[in-house]
Amino acid sequence: MHSIIKTSFAALAAASIAASAAHADAHQLSGDLVIFSDMSNPAPRAVMEGMVERFGEMHPDLNIELTVIDREAYKTQIRNFLTANSPDVANWYAANRMLPYVEAGLFEDISDVWDGQISEELASTKGALTIGDAQYGVPYTYYQWGVYYRKDIFDEYGLSEPTTWEEELANCQTLLDNGVKCYTIGTKFLWTAGGWFDYLNMRTNGYDFHAALTNGEESWTSDEVRATFANWQQLIDMGAFIDDHQTYSWQEALPFMVNGDAASYLMGNFAVAPMREAGLSDEQIDFYQFPEITAGIPMGEDAPTDTFHIPTNATNKENAREFLKFVVSADNQTLINNGENLGQLPVNALSSVDDDKFLNEGFDMLSNNAQGGIAQFFDRDAPAEMAAVAMEGFQEFMVIPGNLEDILERLEAAREDIY
Amino acid sequence: MTMSPAVSTDPASAKRSWYKRNEIALTPWLFLAPGVLFFLFYVIMPIYQSFGLSLYDWNGLGDVRTNGEYVGLENYNKLFGLNGERADRNFQTSLWNNLKWLILYLLAIPGGLFIALFLNQTVRGIRLYKSLFFFPFVISQVVVGLVFSWFYLPNEGLLNTMIGWFGFDSVNILGDPTLATYGIIAAGLWPQTAYCMILYLTGLNAVDPEQVEAARLDGAKGWKMLWYVIIPQLKPATFIAFVVTIIGALRSFDLVSIMTGGGPFGSTRVLSYYVFEKSLSERGLQYGYAAAVAVVLFLIMLVFISYFLWSMYQDEKGARG
Repeated sequence: MHSIIKTSFAALAAASIAASAAHADAHQLSGDLVIFSDMSNPAPRAVMEGMVERFGEMHPDLNIELTVIDREAYKTQIRNFLTANSPDVANWYAANRMLPYVEAGLFEDISDVWDGQISEELASTKGALTIGDAQYGVPYTYYQWGVYYRKDIFDEYGLSEPTTWEEELANCQTLLDNGVKCYTIGTKFLWTAGGWFDYLNMRTNGYDFHAALTNGEESWTSDEVRATFANWQQLIDMGAFIDDHQTYSWQEALPFMVNGDAASYLMGNFAVAPMREAGLSDEQIDFYQFPEITAGIPMGEDAPTDTFHIPTNATNKENAREFLKFVVSADNQTLINNGENLGQLPVNALSSVDDDKFLNEGFDMLSNNAQGGIAQFFDRDAPAEMAAVAMEGFQEFMVIPGNLEDILERLEAAREDIY
Repeated sequence: MTMSPAVSTDPASAKRSWYKRNEIALTPWLFLAPGVLFFLFYVIMPIYQSFGLSLYDWNGLGDVRTNGEYVGLENYNKLFGLNGERADRNFQTSLWNNLKWLILYLLAIPGGLFIALFLNQTVRGIRLYKSLFFFPFVISQVVVGLVFSWFYLPNEGLLNTMIGWFGFDSVNILGDPTLATYGIIAAGLWPQTAYCMILYLTGLNAVDPEQVEAARLDGAKGWKMLWYVIIPQLKPATFIAFVVTIIGALRSFDLVSIMTGGGPFGSTRVLSYYVFEKSLSERGLQYGYAAAVAVVLFLIMLVFISYFLWSMYQDEKGARG
């Protein structure tokens, strides 16, 4: 079913890209449009520049000024430029990551952009961009998380993709018996441990509990959270994770998988590109959905969404709105997310997914097997302060599991302060 | 256009202008003015602003008067656990680590002195050796941090290769919450020792050879010579070395940021890094709280700075008297 839609829309997309210039004549824009972007890595940068170029061709009288800022530096600069020197369009992230800016009145309410057709096309992420009853941004890409593993190693020891926790543990034991670590991970920058917590908690207690927990409505010292950590501890006690992971970044943890010292990696789809660059072929790497833990709980998935917003202090808001509509259009999303560009998933339901093994699996998983719900990611769902405290606790737990009681009490104290 | 003063018949020169009459008193202030203005604007004013901000609950977005909330001393209560608040353990860790830095960083002073004494001789190529020893101070702290974090790497790092020769197991210094801070301080000592060394090398140039000669005639040598003759003469160099080392220890930020980012699980935080974490970092957004930490750091520094200034003032007075 999906493949039929995908192929037919691929054809449609190709046609409509050609037609888009003609279509845009209906309302030519003029004046200025200032865009600040954090898409500074080579591929995203090319995508951003490409979008500006194509939007410029549609509106020849429009003077577009694009400033690309280093992705990490952007995270601190955004506070200054939203108040002092506001662009018309700015990149940011969905869910709680945008909440402080919305509360400070720095992001424009753009519910009008979401009116009508667009709301249906972008239904999957509407919740993540809604605060109160209004929408404050539009998505341009998202990507799945899951377990990327070395298929050749699994084959060598006669293992298959696990679907239950017992199978997962059995697989892991086999690997460990053969001197291979089950998982590589680098927790130096903490968020990777957040990914593990997201999945273990969503599988143990379900998406709804997880969402309530990150919203501060559930206690960190509850039995549910303890159950999650107990499952996590099973893996830690087995020695499933590589040693010294607190010293590595996520990139520094990749060689363990490339060299075959570890068999799998719970990561976002962005990890595929460096694995391929390191010489692993598509026959050697494969993907599976994080297995079920508590039977019968619908699967919840992490799929972080990157977004565009209009700052409240922008000067050319009409042009900015047109640009956002252009960004979310089905054909643009198809183009910018294909394998040659971002290599991620388009958000627009009418877009087609590029024919890439991992994108296909991810798209299929998020469309057909994520009935629980789609989470953004721990540090986007929880408020910044809570995320900082909690992810530090996760890292500590992974290194010194005996401190669990102390960690949970600390998190609970933080929860009472923050929410 | 130039006019020779000889032909000037300006009547004002007879009755001297206000500026001319006060020239001697004014000129120093005129020369100082740019520096004073910048100092007021970039140093004094931010200090007062930090004091002000530390009384607010503000996330750094928008204007503090509209988006912030005045909370009085609440931020300080949270820091120290007063008034029924839980004490901030991260703050306590940072404070302890700053103390470790302060004490261990002082090792740079004797270290620098002994390298300086060792290098204070005339051998072929001594300038090259001196520059090699001084080299770590010239390179950026970021580079020092990177080099040392590679040096410490578990398994692949040079340190672990070296202790492997003696049959010891691999240690992960930066990943061990009890060792990580010491590992960073050791990295910091490398450039700081070089700095102290250069201060002492210049100081040794000023040592009076006649006094050394006289001491030698009296039979002083070795440790006695060093302790009673050389070191007293190096007092100015020691004072400067002490000042820069204390300030350096309290400002330690770059190495922490590069080598561990405050981790593992916050065990290597120092106050300056905690300020950054709570305000400018990716998950900061607590400017008021960060300002309160900054105020505490400032007060600690103030103790030392006051002592230094007082001590310099005493010296000046002594010199004049």
